[in-house]
Amino acid sequence: MWTDQLVSAKQLSRADIDAVLDHAAEIDENPAAFADRHTDKLLALLFYEPSTRTRLSFETAMKRLGGDVIDMGSVEASSVKKGETLADTVRVIEGYADGIVLRHPSQGSATMAAEYVDVPLVNAGDGAGQHPTQTLLDLYTIRKNVGFDDLTVGIMGDLKYGRTVHSLANALTQVDASQHFISPDSLKLPRRVRYDLHEAGANVKEHTELDEILPSLDVLYVTRIQRERFPDESEYRAVAGQYQIDAELLEAASDDLIVMHPLPRVDEIAADVDGTDFANYFEQAHNGIPVRMALLDMMLDNE
Amino acid sequence: MSDHELRVSKIKSGTVIDHIPGGQALNVLAILGIDGSTGEAVSVGMNVPSDRLGRKDIVKVESRELSQDEVDVISLIAPMASINIIRDYEVQRKHRVERPNSVQGVLECPNPSCITNEREPVKTRFTVLDDAVRCDYCETIVRDNIAEHISDD
Ligand SMILES: [Zn+2]
Repeated sequence: MWTDQLVSAKQLSRADIDAVLDHAAEIDENPAAFADRHTDKLLALLFYEPSTRTRLSFETAMKRLGGDVIDMGSVEASSVKKGETLADTVRVIEGYADGIVLRHPSQGSATMAAEYVDVPLVNAGDGAGQHPTQTLLDLYTIRKNVGFDDLTVGIMGDLKYGRTVHSLANALTQVDASQHFISPDSLKLPRRVRYDLHEAGANVKEHTELDEILPSLDVLYVTRIQRERFPDESEYRAVAGQYQIDAELLEAASDDLIVMHPLPRVDEIAADVDGTDFANYFEQAHNGIPVRMALLDMMLDNE
Repeated sequence: MSDHELRVSKIKSGTVIDHIPGGQALNVLAILGIDGSTGEAVSVGMNVPSDRLGRKDIVKVESRELSQDEVDVISLIAPMASINIIRDYEVQRKHRVERPNSVQGVLECPNPSCITNEREPVKTRFTVLDDAVRCDYCETIVRDNIAEHISDD
């Protein structure tokens, strides 16, 4: 049951998604009413790779529920450096905390960790694998702004390595969205994600250009194309330029389009988009707090 | 006795693995950990004409019966294989391999970023799909050359 351990967006049914988003909306409306929910609870933040943003977001969410967090600090300073396995670390931390948030560079790390502990565990990103809480806040943002009915979503950028994309694609099949994937050929969806989409009977199309489908989109979800994925700089620049958007390009879009991005962005969304009604990425980031509060509240209650 | 069977000598007791797709016999030996150094008498027939498969391979291993794990992995590369247990030159038991739902601890994950390739106390586990296997941890799908991913230990 996902309310014990959320390692993949694939665990979430439509009913699960609605339950978390409804609860998040409730919290969003009146956060003060939830301020004493978990005053006796401790959440452990195990971040094996730096992610200030996601770590702070979980820390804020837990503290807004009245709880507290413990943190192993930087990986360099911890027992990890001395060679302790992840399996041992989570078993030790299980004795200290009421829940664990794990960010780890290896794919499948959260799946493995969940096999070793009984406390609630949340996957906060496992390499190029999954990032289910990002997906929940993405869905919350979409539902709030455009709704799930007859939804058409374009997802653009690095679709190969982007775990937020993989999790989101899995979840969008639950709300029957039409999904358009826009990327250079070298950064198309990996086979394992295509397999899941195919198995789920998802309505999916792949493109290399945005123009052809931009006018039909309700949501344009942009991700960063990472320079380090390319053997040389010129190859990167040739590709990256094609997947940048600016205010002028968005003139062809529907007035109701929202532009989303998991952040941080580099130059894939020009600053002139920020002032338009399309821009939704900062609100999207803020939504991480009520959504993570809702999730932690449900998981810690369930214990 | 048919002409085809004559190509590979009879064994007194042990196991005959028949109806292996042509060219997969050496991979079957790899799954069984047989490289000739352990002293078992082994005969291999390769690309023998077969009504069912066109060309098939046959492996006969003297004085050895297979574990379920071994049969499970063989089924991944030879889904039509039959396993014949021989005692005193007679076929004692004959059965087709069945593809398991999952195989544990026998394949290595080809994804270098998979947690199963870290120094963690975790056994690999692959879910068996129609025409591939999929890592339960990183979800990587392995469709071709499954035999190349058999663990060394
Ligand atoms: Zn794997």
